[in-house]
Amino acid sequence: MNDKSVMKWNASGEKKKRSKGILRRLAGQWQVQSMILPGILFIVVFSYIPMYGITIAFKEFDIFQGISGSPWVGFKQFRLFFESPDFVMIMKNTLVIAVLKLIFIFPAPIILALMLNEVRLAAFKRIVQTLTYLPHFISWVIVSGLLFSILAVESGSLNIALQKLNLIEQPTNWLSVPKYFYSILISAGIWKEIGFSSIVYLAAITGINPHLYEAAAMDGAGRFKQMVLVTLPSIAPVVTIFLILHIGNLLNAGFEDILAITNSGKNTILRDVSEVIDTYVYNFGVNQQRYSFATAAGLFKSIINVLLLWGANSIARRMSGSSLW
Amino acid sequence: MKLSLEDRFLQIFVYTVLIILALVSLYPFWNALVISLNSGIDTSLGGLTLWPRQLTFDNYKVILSDPRFFKALGISALRTVSGTAASIFFTAMLAYGLSRRDTVGRKYYMVIAIFTMYFSGGLIPTYLWLRELGLFNNFWVLFVPWTISVWNMIVFRTFFQELPKELEESAMLDGCNHYGLFFRIIVRLSGPVIATLSLFQAVFFWNEWFSSGIYINNANLLPVQNYLMNMINSNSAQEMISQLGAAGGVGDMISSTITPKSLQMTALMVVSLPIILVYPFVQKFFVKGVMVGSLKE
Repeated sequence: MNDKSVMKWNASGEKKKRSKGILRRLAGQWQVQSMILPGILFIVVFSYIPMYGITIAFKEFDIFQGISGSPWVGFKQFRLFFESPDFVMIMKNTLVIAVLKLIFIFPAPIILALMLNEVRLAAFKRIVQTLTYLPHFISWVIVSGLLFSILAVESGSLNIALQKLNLIEQPTNWLSVPKYFYSILISAGIWKEIGFSSIVYLAAITGINPHLYEAAAMDGAGRFKQMVLVTLPSIAPVVTIFLILHIGNLLNAGFEDILAITNSGKNTILRDVSEVIDTYVYNFGVNQQRYSFATAAGLFKSIINVLLLWGANSIARRMSGSSLW
Repeated sequence: MKLSLEDRFLQIFVYTVLIILALVSLYPFWNALVISLNSGIDTSLGGLTLWPRQLTFDNYKVILSDPRFFKALGISALRTVSGTAASIFFTAMLAYGLSRRDTVGRKYYMVIAIFTMYFSGGLIPTYLWLRELGLFNNFWVLFVPWTISVWNMIVFRTFFQELPKELEESAMLDGCNHYGLFFRIIVRLSGPVIATLSLFQAVFFWNEWFSSGIYINNANLLPVQNYLMNMINSNSAQEMISQLGAAGGVGDMISSTITPKSLQMTALMVVSLPIILVYPFVQKFFVKGVMVGSLKE
């Protein structure tokens, strides 16, 4: 028998080797360790060192003294954030957008999956899937470009269509009216992700035991009743998991989408409805260079998200038994 | 089997909604394509929705003769290729090391990696750190921070763990070391998974625009998404047209028929083209990719 394979078996097979000393074991497998090292180094440099940088939320960051040299100020930045005149506006926008996304964007792919499951023509199903998945793969910059074109005052398709249908008389500049902003943002979000997000639910539906449908049909249930009584309960655990994840990200109400539609916040007409915590962090941190203040605002959001994730998970575990941990 | 009235109603409803949804998904792209192929002046008269009324390639001629657009395309292409290659190379190698049961410290390495999926430093600390590293206005910032994708590492690792162990033993017998084993045997057996993850990474690097927007303000280093963002949101398209007009001759003639909107939609079509071309290949794989990801949950 080959020596090497015996040694390896011993190595994975428990304590004997421990006594040999960790350094000798490392030296013995320097090749494998040298393959891991660059990857771990990248993770440390680009993920862990920025985590250490969170400490500036409790400091007054000074560009010349750097992250570790800047003086501690306790919770001053948080207090400034809570007392700022923008605080109420930002929290309101964040919550409104978060709730709208939870109500409209979260269920949309589930409904799409249920409908695709009713389609018997395989070719038709594939065409619908291909077309609805596509927008997931383009950037928000391109989505915003398409959106601006469709919503344009002159020669924008929406205005043309509504005028032809005699629903409006004069073309409207949709993007300059704050009250339309949420409808535009949510519609664009659904348009971009409904198809791609439906994949997991479709996969869950495929895994349902066909006998359940046969039994339901025997009892006289039509297709719609089967959908409600068999399909929905069967995919409920998957829906619960994704709901928990969604709630854990609730305060990430939007970032790329909002920035793209408001031209990185330069569309000031929309600021009162579109500024959320994340865009605020970007504005105050990157644009106005109030680094410590912006980091505190961002950390506040992360902490609430963690609490929401924990809360949603506990409730789900108690009520349905399906949970993340 | 004959459908009941209720079932037939459901079928009609489902097909109607899905047809509308499919058309709504396609329409914005189609409309942009039509506008890019139509005379700009004609488009601004309104009513154009499904077919070019005055077919012209002038919009494409103007966009494709803009050196800044080409430079931006080049930067994006270079970013996509280098980023994808570096990311797949280092991520797969890390995954190989972590897929072996006898690797010392394997558990700790995994915890270090997975923790970053749930928690991060956030925008500002990352921004300050990358600036400290001297990565502002530096080509490397376009892909180096994304070299390790923990998600992809887990997919690779799961795949490597399922490869037959006998392969490894016979390779070791033949005197292969770990590098030989990885590059000559493991990599060759991992074609499909490498292809899938490469496509996903490539789409990511091609589409990324937020970070390149904040870390780069040198126009010579700006990726094409940022070029497009500027064009959509400023009057740079109008300036291009005026410059063409001022140059006189053929340019002047063309400049009288194009509009900012026709140029914007044309640039947008050119930037989307690589995605649309690669999409059929991605689509073949991504259902599997998404499933591997969600199994992890």
